[in-house]
Amino acid sequence: MEEILEILETNGRLSDEQIALMLGKSVDEVRAAIQRLEQEGIITGYTALVNWEKTKKEMVTALIEVKVTPQRGEGFDRVAERIYRYPEVKACYLMSGGFDLTVIVEGRSMKEVALFVAEKLAPIESVLSTSTHFVLKKYKDKGTIFEEVEKDDREAVIL
Amino acid sequence: MNVADMISPVVKGIPPSGIRKFFDLVNEMKDAISLSIGEPDFVTPWNIREAGIYSLEKGHTHYSPNAGFMELREEISRYMKRKYKLEYNPRNQIIVTVGGSEGIDIALRSLVGPGDEVIIPEPSFVAYKPCTIFTGATPVIVNLRAEDEFKLTPELLESAITERTKVLVLPYPNNPTGAIMTYEDLEKIVAVLRDKNIMVISDEIYAELTYEGEHVSIASFPGMEDKTLVINGFSKAYAMTGWRLGYACGHPDLIAAMYKVHQYAIMSSPTTAQYAAIEALRNSDDDVSMMVREYNRRRRVMIDGFRKAGLDCFEPRGAFYVFPSIASTGMKSADFCEKLLVEEKVAVVPGTAFGECGEGFIRACYAYSIESIFEALKRIQRFTAKCRK
Repeated sequence: MEEILEILETNGRLSDEQIALMLGKSVDEVRAAIQRLEQEGIITGYTALVNWEKTKKEMVTALIEVKVTPQRGEGFDRVAERIYRYPEVKACYLMSGGFDLTVIVEGRSMKEVALFVAEKLAPIESVLSTSTHFVLKKYKDKGTIFEEVEKDDREAVIL
Repeated sequence: MNVADMISPVVKGIPPSGIRKFFDLVNEMKDAISLSIGEPDFVTPWNIREAGIYSLEKGHTHYSPNAGFMELREEISRYMKRKYKLEYNPRNQIIVTVGGSEGIDIALRSLVGPGDEVIIPEPSFVAYKPCTIFTGATPVIVNLRAEDEFKLTPELLESAITERTKVLVLPYPNNPTGAIMTYEDLEKIVAVLRDKNIMVISDEIYAELTYEGEHVSIASFPGMEDKTLVINGFSKAYAMTGWRLGYACGHPDLIAAMYKVHQYAIMSSPTTAQYAAIEALRNSDDDVSMMVREYNRRRRVMIDGFRKAGLDCFEPRGAFYVFPSIASTGMKSADFCEKLLVEEKVAVVPGTAFGECGEGFIRACYAYSIESIFEALKRIQRFTAKCRK
């Protein structure tokens, strides 16, 4: 069971037949197990890792520095939650130093992100100020280095 | 002066590999799927690499003690006990070497010389025979058989032993066949060796890569502890081939002799690699078992794939090789490999690279991504179907 998950997590596109071969099980067994995992909500979906920058689709990412007033008894957690609940917010971190929260926002255009900041983020009561930086190029994201083509540099024959 | 005439007759006497031409061909064909590699496709786990980098940052760039850092030898001692129930004193029974290969070399140099015989089962790793010849001793080849699943049987061993036999090389889990020796298999070998003065060099570099069961070391049998030198290392288990680090464990007198050879030939093993290896032994069990699980899946796919290609393939339970017979194609190993490479761009190694008795077999390595393995097997199946027409 766990091995099926391990396999699918690294490559969701392997067929039931291939997985069956890899595990030394019958195709029916594998198919039934995957079905069960899906029904139980352990496998919640199948997705691809996408480098959007190589497509024509417009996408912008912004890093927003936010200064807030911490609230009595709640510290920063309460205001952070009000921010990170927005689906536009992909990441939110409490920071040391000159500002309080780093908020990563994704949108279709700069205008969309700007509107989000102006209409949703800035008006939140404890938000004192925001400073928006747009990302120009992504080198590495979610552990994947985008520019790097993985190549096998082992010697061709090793005895 | 003719430099060629200056080369020692011993080295000259070692024949160049008969399949050099094939290797060159593989090297030229950069886009082939190469199942001809004998090392892990995994990169060394990051925590191990990081430990090496950290040691460099701290300026640990000097020689280590000749036998290796005590801290590392202590970890090796704990590992051997935890994994294989073997007890070695880190002070005088363990030496850290430049890969398992150096261990083999200095063990043979410490044990044998002209007039002595070394029993070497084949097919096996290519270094045993030349290293024996370098010492002036005589290699005695035992031809293993597919019907025995390439295990060393007591009969085969018995037939090779003479009054001059001093060393038995026991290379299991085996490269290139993937064969292993179980407890029961070893028991019979131990019975043959019991009353004889023969040292066993047990090359267990692939010990961690044992599937559907646990690796058993011949050194763990009563009476064999002093008669066995265990060779192991970090290359295969931790995907650390390029770090060049191995070790040997055995009787203090043998380790002391090897220490002498090692000290004058090598001085000490790489310091950075030793720091990385300490981390490997302490904190990488999860990585190892992840890799073993992954190899095991590929192993099943490979066996199935070769059988579907109509090639007899006994089930290997160790290392990362399958060793199918190509007898049914009527081709010689070298011809099969060359044709497969040219026609389908898949590289495998002729069994003859590992001994004459490897004729009629090929070695295919599954230290390769599962996607590539599926693709390679598809091509091999297409190829054998074509050959049979």
